[in-house]
Amino acid sequence: MTTTEVPKPSFWSRALSFAREIWAVLIRPSSIFSLGFLVLAGFVAGVIFWGAFNTALELTNTETFCISCHEMRSNVAEELKTTIHYNNRSGVRAHCPDCHVPHEWTHKIARKMQASKEVWGKLFGTINTREKFLDHRLELAIHEWARMKANDSLECRNCHSAQSMDTTRQSPRAVEAHQRFLFTGQKTCIDCHKGIAHHLPDMRNVPGWQ
Amino acid sequence: MTHRLRLLVAAALVAALSSVVMAQTFSALRGHTPIDQEGPPPPMTPEQNSSVREPRNYPEQPPVIPHSTEGYEVSVNANKCLSCHARTRVRESQAPMISITHFSDRDGQFLASISPRRYFCTQCHVPQHNVQIPVDNDFVDIDTVLKGAAPGRPR
Repeated sequence: MTTTEVPKPSFWSRALSFAREIWAVLIRPSSIFSLGFLVLAGFVAGVIFWGAFNTALELTNTETFCISCHEMRSNVAEELKTTIHYNNRSGVRAHCPDCHVPHEWTHKIARKMQASKEVWGKLFGTINTREKFLDHRLELAIHEWARMKANDSLECRNCHSAQSMDTTRQSPRAVEAHQRFLFTGQKTCIDCHKGIAHHLPDMRNVPGWQ
Repeated sequence: MTHRLRLLVAAALVAALSSVVMAQTFSALRGHTPIDQEGPPPPMTPEQNSSVREPRNYPEQPPVIPHSTEGYEVSVNANKCLSCHARTRVRESQAPMISITHFSDRDGQFLASISPRRYFCTQCHVPQHNVQIPVDNDFVDIDTVLKGAAPGRPR
């Protein structure tokens, strides 16, 4: 008794034939399910998918998520604690995404896609020691300043609106500066208010600093 | 015997009185906190923030800071004070420029920019708080001394 050796098809050819089968099913009209069922099922599946997507998105938009990495927990989050955005008279505080993630959906998704670079950095340990973090602080800060400059300090203005600023309750210096530069649109928040939530990098060649 | 008793009573009286006097002396500043313990700290007060420049009490006095400096970073990386008071920043900030004396080193040699030994501003210049001073200060400045008590006195 002899058996003829049939060569086993390769992985790629099997995958291709499977894909062809799926495609053949997909392009044929359904012969079992009614159109109403398909529409309804698609709608329900859509709601579930969208809800899950947004829930996952919001989970990555919490401080707990940010400081689950030691890079954030032991550097920037620690520095925030002594500043007015964490510790103040009224007890209202800002969380990481309040300043670092746009609140509006389109820009938020754009920022989240940019953040894939940060996942890369996490995987390859770009700032996984204090020394590496300090070496990168200027670069990281410049990214944030550029983002805030480009969107006219949108994340500041989500809470601090120029219209709602009562200058009679500000110090004379603040009134002077806001009237000359903010209300005239000459400058945006981040132009003057750098290093208000975290320590500063080497500022020697940053405009407005020595 | 009575003489000796009298002496003993007198000594006891002096000891008691002096301890009372001493206790009062020690309690003047530190309250009734025992000498080997630390009392409660006085409440913290906000920094004065009027931006109204205070006169110096004598010409060489480092001017005091008439505004709040809370959260201002002065470190090896950055100097927030200089971002207003540096020579090149004065146009925008309209703040007083740091004194020209700050541009010389300890040998009196003039430098192009601020001397490193003058970099840490709050070593000499300090913000002010509204506090009750524990000891009265009867300092009189030189102009008052020169003017004398009554008007019309010879210069």
